Amino acid sequence: MNIWLVILLAGLATFATRLSFILLLDRIKVPDWFRRGLRFVPVAVLSAIILPELTSPNGSLFLSWRNPQLLAGAVAILVAWKTKNVLLTIAVGMAALLIFQAVLGLC
Amino acid sequence: MPEKTRKNEFWSGVRDEAPILLGVAPFGLLFGALAISAHLSSLAAQAMSSIIFAGSAQFIAAQLVGTGSSGLVILMVVFVVNLRHALYSASVAPHVKDLKTGWKLLLSYLLTDEAYAVTITHYNKEGDSENRHWYFLGAGLTLWSAWQVSTAVGIFIGARIPASWPLDFVLPLTFIALVVPALKDRAGVAAALVAGVIGLLAFGFPYKTGLLLAALIGIVTGLVIEGKPK
Repeated sequence: MNIWLVILLAGLATFATRLSFILLLDRIKVPDWFRRGLRFVPVAVLSAIILPELTSPNGSLFLSWRNPQLLAGAVAILVAWKTKNVLLTIAVGMAALLIFQAVLGLC
Repeated sequence: MPEKTRKNEFWSGVRDEAPILLGVAPFGLLFGALAISAHLSSLAAQAMSSIIFAGSAQFIAAQLVGTGSSGLVILMVVFVVNLRHALYSASVAPHVKDLKTGWKLLLSYLLTDEAYAVTITHYNKEGDSENRHWYFLGAGLTLWSAWQVSTAVGIFIGARIPASWPLDFVLPLTFIALVVPALKDRAGVAAALVAGVIGLLAFGFPYKTGLLLAALIGIVTGLVIEGKPK
């Protein structure tokens, strides 16, 4: 298959996936639990993205207090919970990561 | 609360999306450089970023092109990797249902992980209103522009970000900042915890199927804990 055709079709498939329910949800009948389940989509998907990034920063599981991403992530969760401030959470989380990396690199 | 103007909404979207760019730009650079090393032409590499416009899928597709996989395999993989976007689509659908079809098409094209994360948070926090889709557009266009520019820089200059700069960590941090304050009841916390743990256990599954599975089980968990509406 020509590379341009692959790119075009891959783009169409991606677009169709993103458009699917935006276009259809009004026109099809979906069960009640489906609509109620929608509110869990953001917390579920994003948590499933976040946790592996913290516990497996290099691709394999690293559950240890020597894992700087895990420690910095815990700090960020605390800051987000206490302040609900996005920029502050990012800033403190990044600073924590750099500090933990430096400290753990020494010992 | 007074209705926000279109301009206000648009710039709020731009502003809220901006910090994520710190984490996204290095990926764009890396993608541009990787696509060239997989022997894609500059034009094809840039076209992947503007036509497919889906980070993880583009990385995997470029790698598959590099190893000489068939077009059909690449298409299947891109489709599976991007299946989670159907969840995003369902999740924003109730908020955009009254828009004209042109808007729906445009916003669907811009519905990436990063634009979804800030936009759905905004919808849930501020509620629906007449100009809310301008926020979506602002966030989506901001990410789109950064992705195009960083891809181009990666193509022509190569990725020269020292590996010791952990900028990619901005992405999980932003998601933490968006998710944690949204956890307001037992069902939501259960959905997040279960999805997180399954995502961790199924991390090795190919083509992001682990992520999709984790999200689905998390959503079902939330529904079960919440129980039947009275």
